[in-house]
Amino acid sequence: MIELITQHPFAAALLALVSLGLVFGALLGFASVKFKTEGDPIADQVEALLPQTQCGQCGYPGCRPYAEAIANGDDINKCPPGGEATIAALADLLGVEAKPLDAAEEAVPSVAYIREDECIGCTKCIQACPVDAILGAAKHMHTVIASECTGCDLCVEPCPVDCIEMRPIETTLQTWHWDKPQPTEDLIASDRRGNSPIEAA
Amino acid sequence: MRKIWDIHGGIHPPENKTQSLQDNIRAAGIPAQLIVPLSQHIGAPAAPIVNVGDRVLKGQMIGEAKGFVSAPVHAPSSGTVAAIEPRVIPHPSGMSAPCVVINCDGKDEWISHQGISDYRSLDKNTLVDTIRNAGIAGMGGAGFPSSVKLSGGKDKPIETLILNGTECEPYITADDILMQERAAEIIAGAEILRHIVEPNETLIGVEDNKPEALAAMRAAAEGTGIEVVSFPTKYPSGGEKQLIQILTGKEVPSGGLPADIGIVCQNIGSARAIYRAVCHGEPLISRVTTVTGEACSTPRNYDVLIGTPVQYLLDLSHFDASRCIRLIMGGPMMGYTLQDTAVPIVKTSNCVLAPTVEELPPPPPAQACIRCGMCAEACPVSLLPQQMYWFSRAQEHDKLEEHNLADCIECGACSYVCPSNIPLVQYYRASKAEIRQAQQDKIKAERSKERFEARQARIEREAAEKEAKRKARLEAAKAKQQSATKDGSKDDIIQAAIARSKAKKSGGADNPPQDPAQAAIARAQAARSGDAVSETAEEKTARLEKQLASTEKRLAAAQQKLQLAIDNNDDNVEAFRSGVEKTEGKLQALRKELDAHRASQAPAPAESVSDDPAAAAIARAQAKRAGGAETESPDAARERLTTQIASTEKRLDAAQQKHADAQAQGDVNAAAFATAVEKTQAKLDKLRAELAALPAAEPEPAAEASNADDPAAQAIARALAARNANAELSEADKARNAVSSLEKRIAKTQQKLDQAQADGDDNAAILSDTLAKLQGKLDEARQALDALSQEEG
Repeated sequence: MIELITQHPFAAALLALVSLGLVFGALLGFASVKFKTEGDPIADQVEALLPQTQCGQCGYPGCRPYAEAIANGDDINKCPPGGEATIAALADLLGVEAKPLDAAEEAVPSVAYIREDECIGCTKCIQACPVDAILGAAKHMHTVIASECTGCDLCVEPCPVDCIEMRPIETTLQTWHWDKPQPTEDLIASDRRGNSPIEAA
Repeated sequence: MRKIWDIHGGIHPPENKTQSLQDNIRAAGIPAQLIVPLSQHIGAPAAPIVNVGDRVLKGQMIGEAKGFVSAPVHAPSSGTVAAIEPRVIPHPSGMSAPCVVINCDGKDEWISHQGISDYRSLDKNTLVDTIRNAGIAGMGGAGFPSSVKLSGGKDKPIETLILNGTECEPYITADDILMQERAAEIIAGAEILRHIVEPNETLIGVEDNKPEALAAMRAAAEGTGIEVVSFPTKYPSGGEKQLIQILTGKEVPSGGLPADIGIVCQNIGSARAIYRAVCHGEPLISRVTTVTGEACSTPRNYDVLIGTPVQYLLDLSHFDASRCIRLIMGGPMMGYTLQDTAVPIVKTSNCVLAPTVEELPPPPPAQACIRCGMCAEACPVSLLPQQMYWFSRAQEHDKLEEHNLADCIECGACSYVCPSNIPLVQYYRASKAEIRQAQQDKIKAERSKERFEARQARIEREAAEKEAKRKARLEAAKAKQQSATKDGSKDDIIQAAIARSKAKKSGGADNPPQDPAQAAIARAQAARSGDAVSETAEEKTARLEKQLASTEKRLAAAQQKLQLAIDNNDDNVEAFRSGVEKTEGKLQALRKELDAHRASQAPAPAESVSDDPAAAAIARAQAKRAGGAETESPDAARERLTTQIASTEKRLDAAQQKHADAQAQGDVNAAAFATAVEKTQAKLDKLRAELAALPAAEPEPAAEASNADDPAAQAIARALAARNANAELSEADKARNAVSSLEKRIAKTQQKLDQAQADGDDNAAILSDTLAKLQGKLDEARQALDALSQEEG
């Protein structure tokens, strides 16, 4: 063996490298079969961050399709119900720059409300609801299961008598919480010498 | 002397306790109106059990506990329930919650109540129930139902019972004065607690800034084995977990309860309330509350009925609103500002603080954090307030959780020491709420996702079911057509047609509905072809009989009308008469025709069986072909066959009789009759065989039915079958098939679209889309076909 190496150093090196290559190649090939991931793990992670309102305001029919689109490189700022918090979380996950929300304003959490005496029982809102949160039958009054409503407002448009409105979720004693203090300008000692805080910053 | 441990951090704010300790506890008296909130504790609010207008007695339960972590509420004085409605309650939000409003009658009339003289003889659970029914909730501040604390932790023995008499917040002296004046009651309560909990040791922790209280407690505890422990004053030693650490050196694990390390902690006020409840049968309807601050000229402690408006207490203390900067419920460290003086005192209200501007100036504006680290030194829970401040500002909830924000007791020591006056506690409170909100949102998002996916699955399943049903129908139609063209030999059709006509004649209304229609079509066809022969003899008879019958009816009706017209001297009498005459003429003509027909039929009855039916059957077969693919269910087929067999049997009998007669008379037609008998016999055999074959064919549809609940599987099976069939076809054939099926689909879609457009349906747009797509596919398929046929050519 040693004789072979000393006599044919080039051939020996070649042999060693080729055999190494084959061994690792086989290892990699085996690993790629053995540890194959089903589905798109990035899309799953993205989906976990989306608010699941299924409102379609991003232009995709639901949160899953948008998650897949983001995984394939779409912008992360198209989700008004998620707002800045979701954008920040997505930017963190994907390692991209957080962009301002691609909408006029963040969606206020709201819940659909059917004015029941005006409802004609057409079932159009029931068909529109992505989470089956509207209860009713043909020619019978419908009502919203408020606890299941995601506030996507997809039911508002199909209503032929405009009896559905979106009402912001009211704060109750149970949901009330302390507000964060108004972020004051961070004053430092030099601010006192006539410099406005903004210029100093 | 007992060993005392120290807690990390802590501060020494000005105590300001002497002002309210000048005087003894004074009964506040009965206000005109009591506002009793239904939720004065942590847990589910109580449910009201009185109605507006009811008279209630002092100590009567007015709200019952709902759920395990809950507490009932009782009427603090006698009077009438004026309202049960939302009122502003003492809560940092300043929001309203359901309250029972009682207009007091001033009699302060007790409901009949009785204490337990010898509680030691009673079962522990009974005692805990007594405490629960008395509505006792932690009077130190949080308001955790005492009975829950006492009934929990059965799996782990309690080593130490601690009574909290620390009262570390500045200004508040309610517990201090209670210990000074009612030490015996507190010790009695502690004895009851000892009996329930059975601890190895019982400690009462009192800070060394309350020497009088300490002395009174030590005197009262003499000889009971209860140890009153004094330790250096420091804020916030009064926190449950901090006191445990000071007295025992043990730390309650993060996210755990004192019971996890074998300790139960109760406030001394709660202990006294337990004594009153067990030994006197009095529920928790009053408490000692400090009213202090420089805006009150006579600060002191009051024995207040629960539900007494704060304004009532302030009036007693000569409150000067103009000097007060803000009204605080609780102490200066952990209290909150009251927006409204109409709020009631509740079970957890230990202090109403009315400071002046000089006393408690508004916090100066916050400056930048200079990272001095004083907050970390002051934190009694050894957290890193400065880090948490940054994370809170940046909304980094994960990092906050990593830094154990949940363990923050919101004591405010960090804010107190901050040289930059940053309201750190407010950040933590807000962030805690945000995290809780985010968790709830996450749960809701999960549920929404589940519901959304369930809905998607349902829609897909329904679509698959529809598709499978459609396929099944198509398949059935195809099978029917094939069987019709394959084994539908002319002979069979003829037999079937004859049988049907027979059945119709005999069965009348019992016939399957399609038969008259078919017959009508056949007749129409026959009429069109103008071939009189094509009408069977039987049919002709039937038709004529029918016509006769209807004409007779018409005649009767016409005669009646005529009679009526004559009676009424109508102008139309002549017209009616001519009508009647005409009808009569027709009737006679019909009768003649029928007679003639019958006469013509009589000589050759055998022929009528063999020859005429053939012609009729041709007509019927034509009719059938024109009528398109008509599916027949196995049941219908069986019914049809049975009727056919019955009628054929009858005919066979008749034919046999005729044959016998003919033979007997030596008729020339005897031979013909014999063949007729033979033929009928053969037909009967054939029909029977068919009927026998039917149940054998049954299993297939049965299997289909059993598969009906799995249409998707069925559809898959069918698709596989279709693919297999396709595999046997040549490319060109496949293409041809594709083109024809696409053409069919386009035609269908076009029809649907027309319909939708006519109806103004919403689906029209979708349909037109579909149509365009199909058209595109068709073009493609045609091109492919062309290419293929060129190759072949």
